[in-house]
Amino acid sequence: MQRNSSVIFFGLSLFLASSVFLSGSIIAQTPEAPRIAYESVPDFIKMPDGLYMGEAMGVATNSQGEFYVYTRSGEATRLFQFDANGNFMREIGYGLYGMVFAHAVRVDADDNIWVVDEGSDMVIKFNPAGRVMLTIGRRPEAQGLRETPERGAPRPEARQYNLGRPTDIGWDPQGNIFISDGYINSRVVKYDKEGRYLGEVGTRGSEIGQMSTPHTMQVDAEGNVFVGDRGNRRIQVFDNDLNFKYVIEGIGAPWAVCISPGPHQFLYSSNSNTTGNTAASYDNAGEIYKMELDGTIIGRFGTGGKRLGEFGSTHAMDCRNPDELLIAEVTTFRVQKILLSSDVTLP
Amino acid sequence: MKRFLNFLSAATLLLVTNSLFAQSIPEIRFESQPDLLSMPDDIYLGEAVGVATNSHGHLYVYTRSGSSNVTLGSNRVFRRSSSRLFEFDANGKYVREIGQGLYAFLFAHTVRVDSEDNIWIVDEGSNMVVKFDPDGKVLLTLGRTPEAVRNPSPRGAELRRNDGVGIEGDIFGRPTDVAWDADGNIFVSDGYNNSRVAKFDRYGAFITSWGSYGAELGEFNTLHTIATDADGNVYVGDRGNRRIQVFDNDGNFKSVITGIGAPWAICISPGPHQYLYSSNSSGTSNLSDGEIYKMELDGTILGKFGRAGRMLGEFASTHEIDCRTENTLYVGEILSWRVQKLTLYP
Repeated sequence: MQRNSSVIFFGLSLFLASSVFLSGSIIAQTPEAPRIAYESVPDFIKMPDGLYMGEAMGVATNSQGEFYVYTRSGEATRLFQFDANGNFMREIGYGLYGMVFAHAVRVDADDNIWVVDEGSDMVIKFNPAGRVMLTIGRRPEAQGLRETPERGAPRPEARQYNLGRPTDIGWDPQGNIFISDGYINSRVVKYDKEGRYLGEVGTRGSEIGQMSTPHTMQVDAEGNVFVGDRGNRRIQVFDNDLNFKYVIEGIGAPWAVCISPGPHQFLYSSNSNTTGNTAASYDNAGEIYKMELDGTIIGRFGTGGKRLGEFGSTHAMDCRNPDELLIAEVTTFRVQKILLSSDVTLP
Repeated sequence: MKRFLNFLSAATLLLVTNSLFAQSIPEIRFESQPDLLSMPDDIYLGEAVGVATNSHGHLYVYTRSGSSNVTLGSNRVFRRSSSRLFEFDANGKYVREIGQGLYAFLFAHTVRVDSEDNIWIVDEGSNMVVKFDPDGKVLLTLGRTPEAVRNPSPRGAELRRNDGVGIEGDIFGRPTDVAWDADGNIFVSDGYNNSRVAKFDRYGAFITSWGSYGAELGEFNTLHTIATDADGNVYVGDRGNRRIQVFDNDGNFKSVITGIGAPWAICISPGPHQYLYSSNSSGTSNLSDGEIYKMELDGTILGKFGRAGRMLGEFASTHEIDCRTENTLYVGEILSWRVQKLTLYP
């Protein structure tokens, strides 16, 4: 099962259903998934002298093609803005109280910039001018980064308005806010656009509806919520009210997912190689999958590694343009611009 | 004991009064000015825990912001919180920062401006109260930054709320607020750990202190905010006990005000007819309550306004109120990292 791509629907017919699908046409054996040709733009990001990128945890474009990188840097976690050609434009929020330990950045339909910070346990919304518009969660008054609870350990009390090392954010067309929360709380929380709590799903575990490090999350045009359940090596899909719909497996551990806009949406998921940089990690991880929203694999590309076009622990992807991806990596301190070819070859 | 019974009957009377009014507290109409503060591009507010105006309408905000101070987490190194003090003009335009890197700036709690426009900050991390003159020069310090600040600072089960009982001096335990009487005597609510009010003369010499941890009259459970009226009476927001206790200038108990939720922030307007405002703030883990009460000094409720929330005109953990002008209030919030300017239409 680990190496199959299957879409398993929840219910009493779970096993029957998966058997049917295992013999159906949408099942792709991962090693045989078609390969998508691609290239990485050399020297894409141009930093000013004296300013350096750290671990590139988050990357996201706005409607103008400009993009933001949320990075763990020397003195602080920082948010940089670049134009479409990778030229540095400005920094937003240097010294901000909520910028402690970067995890994700996303841009909403109105070009507001949202950062998710797992050190401050906060999600912060900036307007396009860089002004703080909304905060969710609260930075602990004095404490370090909290350890992820052991598997099987009881989850700490998750309160409606406090986050526990949140990881990602998404919105539905109505502007409701979904937060994957996270290393500590093992849940997805839904707020309305004014930040009022509406509901949540998830406890720590491996059953359907449970999560083990929900690490990445996106919402499609119909408001379905795709949760990269990294520790359980699957994407769980919920409807807009957070009822379970189906699960996507066979794509490794989803460290980063993105969903492209437009009438035909695609789902990308990265089976990122771990940060330990072991040789073995390149052999069975590092690749990125392109899928239909139902989990059907269209193709895969990339491997783990540190050279141009390889991926050093991919942590975030932007796919506003489904053929031009921005890839943020942890261990290589960089963002790559990846041009996907229409050439798809069967292995 | 007889004295205590007198307290009790006075308290009961007031409590009953407010309960009767609770059914019909008028809502005060108000507006919040959008985009009040204009910050420089590279400076951001953090938790706006302190806000105060001076006689020219200038605004001071004492905020918990980022800093280059480093702390050890469980397995990572990153920055810890610190405090910054910003000044704005009456239109909300940024004027300057005061006290960059000051040894007492560790974990902001409140800022107040006295009748001579001196600026006083109360820092619960450094256990210090610092007085700046209007130019920003340090004139007086009370308390002392511990040589090694514990991280995390004591809270929850670790909190020892009676440590400061009877301390004859300024060894504060997470102090929360400061106020002055007409003679310039200084009153410090002290605080999360010490559960006492400490009175000093205008030169910082200790005069007296009163209170200990508990729920009886004259006892405190997190005295979080303090204000004085023109007669020198001292109003203490006894947050954990959900009441305001009123003392005379020497610390003798006078009366208690209840029925207004938990007083997180109080202020008293100046002038011949003084009003008392008190915020029943939402906690930092919920969006409930949040309303602010307007009262006569005897606790009679005149009206209330607002609710918890994060939009303009809503309040996310109000932490300090300035009411130098009766119907123009400045409200600093913990969660929304902003100061709102409210115009009341009572």
